[in-house]
Parts: sequence; structure tokens; C-alpha cells
Amino acid sequence: MLRLLAIGLVAGVFSALFGVGGGIMIVPLLVVVGLTGRAATGTSLAAISLTAAAGATAYALHGDVKPGAAAIVGIPAVFGVIGGVALQQRLASRTLTLGFALLLTAVGIRLLV
Amino acid sequence: MDVLAAVLGFVGGVLAGLFGVGGGILFVPTLVLVLGLTQVHAEATSLLAILPTVLVGAWRQHRHGNVDWRAALFVGLGSVAGVEGGVLLAKALPEHTLRRLFAVFTLLVAANLAWRALRPKPAYSSKGDSA
Repeated sequence: MLRLLAIGLVAGVFSALFGVGGGIMIVPLLVVVGLTGRAATGTSLAAISLTAAAGATAYALHGDVKPGAAAIVGIPAVFGVIGGVALQQRLASRTLTLGFALLLTAVGIRLLV
Repeated sequence: MDVLAAVLGFVGGVLAGLFGVGGGILFVPTLVLVLGLTQVHAEATSLLAILPTVLVGAWRQHRHGNVDWRAALFVGLGSVAGVEGGVLLAKALPEHTLRRLFAVFTLLVAANLAWRALRPKPAYSSKGDSA
């Protein structure tokens, strides 16, 4: 239990600092404490719902949240996640993973220059 | 621009479902580069966009028996305690520093994904889920 709380604490700081869910840290750490790969990804999504709710609330109190922009990306993302979970049950998605790696590399470079 | 942002939002959702993440790694750059938000506003807004994404994702994973609700509750509660620290840190950093840090974080995640895809046995494949 303490290990789970500690995983959450670290992920929570990280999540709010970068505006992400923190799953990139939560998933591998849940595997370390004994969950299978797919259970770790499912459990991570459930945990992040609390993280994101707390983070969005904390930022909203500072007036930093733009609900209209959140809807533009968040509503399509709801359909995307349904597809992503279904894909995950079916295939070893190596090509897709590499595709995402390339996409994120381009994004990271674009943000730096 | 809105259409491009919506498409990237959808792709972020697919990423969330596949890897158990929130999708913020794509939401934040979309909000900054496509919709023109500041880094702090993008991060704050990304967290709101993550919320419905992970709620629906967790529900779908629950139907496949892939959610350990007790573990999720403890991780989630721990994260709530850490959130305020992250918000204060993000708001204390200069805009361009935060943006550069985020860019480095994005490249590290890309490297991690590439490594995961290129090594012989991917950790989160549908087969051999015995990690």
C-alpha cells in the first residue's frame, strides 16, 4: 500500500508539472509491484482519473484551464481511447509504437526550435 | 486548425488506450503549437482533456478485467497529494524553461517507446502477458 501511495505521489508531481497523466511512470512501476502488463495499463487509466481531476482543479483555481480548447482535443480523445483499448486486446502493436515514437520525436524537436 | 487539433486529440486518445497513459504528451503540444495556448495554459487544459479520456479508457479496460481498483485508488490518492507541488513548480518556472523541459520529456518518452518497440519482446503486447 505504501509503495502504491509513493508511486502516486511521484506521478502526481510529474503530472501537474507537465500536464500529463503520469502513466509513463505509473505503468512500469505497477509492473514492478507485480501487475501484468495489461492490468498495469488498465489500472493506470483508473488512477489517472483522480490525478487529472485534482490537477485540473488545482490549475482551474489559478484560472489557467481553457474548457473550449479542452473539448476540442478531449472529445475526439474519448473515441480514440476506445479504439486504443480495443487495439491493445488484439495485436502486438510494434509498428504503431514506432509510429508514436517518431511522432513524439518530431513534436519534441518542434517544441525545442 | 481546430480540425488538426481534434485529429491529434483522437491520436492522443489511441495512445492513452494502448499504453495506459493520459494522452497529455500529445494534448499539450497540440494546445501550444496548433491552438496557440501558453505552456502553462496548455498543461492545465490538457489535464481537463485527460479526465474524460481516462474515465472512458478505465471503463473499457474494466470490461476486459484489466483494472485493479484497489491499486488504482492508492496510486490515485498518492498522486492527489503530489499535484499541488507540480502546479506550483510549473507556475514558478519561466514559460520558455517549462516548454523546453516539456520538449526534453517528450523526446525521452519517444526514446522509451522506440526502445520498447525495437527490443525482441515488447512489454505490453497482447501475447505473453506474463511480466
